[in-house]
Amino acid sequence: MFENLSNKLNTAMRTLKGKGRITDVNVAATVKEIRRALMDADVNYKVAKEITDRIKDEAMGQKIVIAVDPGQMLVKIVHDELVKLMGSQVQGINLKSDPSVILIAGLQGSGKTTFSGKLAQYLKKSGRNVLLVACDIYRPAAIDQLKVLGEQVEVEVYSEPENKNAVQIAQNALEYARKIGKKVIIVDTAGRLAVDEAMMNEIAAVKEAIKPSETLFVVDSMTGQDAVNTAKAFNDRLNFDGVVLTKLDGDARGGAALSIRHVVEKPIKFISTGEKMDALDQFYPDRMASRILGM
Amino acid sequence: VGKSKVDDEVLDELEEILISSDVGVETTVKIIRRIEERVARDKFVSTSELDEILREEIAELLAQNKSEDITDAFKKSDIKPYVIMVVGVNGVGKTTTIGKLASQFHKAGNKVILGAGDTFRAAAVDQLKLWGQRVGIPVIDHGMNTDPASVAFDAVKQAVEQQADVVIIDTAGRLHNKVNLMNELAKIKRVVQKFLPEAPHEVLLVLDGSTGQNAFIQAQEFTKATDVTALAITKLDGTAKGGVVIGISDQFKIPVKYIGVGEKIEDLQVFNKKEFVNSLFKRKA
Ligand SMILES: Nc1nc2c(ncn2[C@@H]2O[C@H](COP(=O)(O)OP(=O)(O)OP(=O)(O)O)[C@@H](O)[C@H]2O)c(=O)[nH]1
Ligand SMILES: Nc1nc2c(ncn2[C@@H]2O[C@H](COP(=O)(O)OP(=O)(O)OP(=O)(O)O)[C@@H](O)[C@H]2O)c(=O)[nH]1
Ligand SMILES: [K+]
Ligand SMILES: [Mg+2]
Ligand SMILES: [Mg+2]
Repeated sequence: MFENLSNKLNTAMRTLKGKGRITDVNVAATVKEIRRALMDADVNYKVAKEITDRIKDEAMGQKIVIAVDPGQMLVKIVHDELVKLMGSQVQGINLKSDPSVILIAGLQGSGKTTFSGKLAQYLKKSGRNVLLVACDIYRPAAIDQLKVLGEQVEVEVYSEPENKNAVQIAQNALEYARKIGKKVIIVDTAGRLAVDEAMMNEIAAVKEAIKPSETLFVVDSMTGQDAVNTAKAFNDRLNFDGVVLTKLDGDARGGAALSIRHVVEKPIKFISTGEKMDALDQFYPDRMASRILGM
Repeated sequence: VGKSKVDDEVLDELEEILISSDVGVETTVKIIRRIEERVARDKFVSTSELDEILREEIAELLAQNKSEDITDAFKKSDIKPYVIMVVGVNGVGKTTTIGKLASQFHKAGNKVILGAGDTFRAAAVDQLKLWGQRVGIPVIDHGMNTDPASVAFDAVKQAVEQQADVVIIDTAGRLHNKVNLMNELAKIKRVVQKFLPEAPHEVLLVLDGSTGQNAFIQAQEFTKATDVTALAITKLDGTAKGGVVIGISDQFKIPVKYIGVGEKIEDLQVFNKKEFVNSLFKRKA
């Protein structure tokens, strides 16, 4: 794909050669190719437009070095721009309160429960005393699923199978954690759509009740154009602190990462790369940029 | 579209609608090009005509979709037992769709049996069993971490013995780029065929309606591995439009049979081409 884009750009830029400098008129076809490549990678339509406009400005007036492959030169400009947009540093999570509360939210099937297990293991390995909390009271066997993962990573799971009030369960769990001296609690919640008012009210109430120091929004890397709407809607209600990008062991280009970052301006803090409990990694913007461009 | 004549601006707006619905660049360009041709030919095309033309063009891309024929999807089939294998990547809604399908088949008077072929994901068997309980039908399971192919074999065998009408086999979610897991699907099929050579009669690929262009590769790879015969598109109760289906229908000629519109047992509909196209162009509220 990288070859692909850079070839396409070469073709588009062939006409530029000999003209010396990139100008408004002669760069149009090239910018269009870049925009298409981004949209092919599921970068949101509007975001792709904004980015390519910015790249155009950047490229404008730059000398085309005839000896250098002009396609490659432009791909590098694009790549650097994407890295910049996704934030250049690795971002940690806030664990300053005692106990620190981490709230996990997102759409159905995005990978919240799996990630909760992984994060529990990750924090446990770094020496913290962790409690997992099962606040999904809707999905069939959601509690069992978290319990199985809790067993795998050897972290206690707090649940109240008979209680149908997620806010109460979360509050009780926090109280329990204080009592037995847990330092971190990770609260897994049900998947929900941003347009589901009742469910969005529920998670807002959970957040209000337990005041997490870290709220993470979990997104499937295969998500398409709608990613920005969802992220924006969740952010409006939860003002989350960071994003978790899942299923990156697949071959989706993951343009959603860029769109979300661009629209809500929150850092991507973790990536999920498999079903097993150790398939968790930090987010590296440069790798993601290469992936989006198919490099 | 507040204009009366189709010009570049109108086409740009159309492009935005299509791309924003996940139709994809290639298919969008194809549709726009065809409309440009119409405009060039007919000289003056009004925006209200455009609406009609567009629906026609997209309907044509969905042409292989024999959705009109599926009015009695849950009626008793001549084939007994009718074996459905459900496949797809992780978290798209396979198990939930099975629960909903089972309910519909059951309501239409079919004797239904489920096979708990996801023996891998945490509590997957329990999840399917709860759906079985909701519907009031048996679930064949061998527990977790057992061989999915032998679960499927057993489910089909028991269906024959108990004269069931429909068997639906759940499988673990798997990403299409994982060769071993994709081969496992072929194995499940082979093992089932040892008992019932013509089974599975349907391989249902479940796609998440919020998925972007990757759904294309999913359709391609699952088709290679198991000869997918039908698609189900889930989570269309959200704001995602599932437009990627247009390109998939165009290229793979696999009909969309069902759509998922919620998490409840009744939230399954038989795919309706017209409604789907309408929902793509529904103005933002
Ligand atoms: N390949 C892969 N699969 C993943 C990853 N993360 C989660 N999964 C799988 O995706 C599916 C859904 O994951 P869950 O953790 O149940 O998702 P969830 O967001 O909790 O789902 P709901 O609670 O139903 O909203 C399961 O099959 C997981 O094993 C990942 O990074 N890679
Ligand atoms: N809103 C909505 N949610 C759905 C729909 N279909 C399934 N879900 C939800 O999506 C999540 C995942 O569904 P599952 O049926 O477990 O998905 P799966 O493909 O079996 O997942 P794995 O077996 O882990 O690969 C659950 O929370 C379901 O309730 C739908 O049509 N609309
Ligand atoms: K998903
Ligand atoms: Mg969950
Ligand atoms: Mg399942």
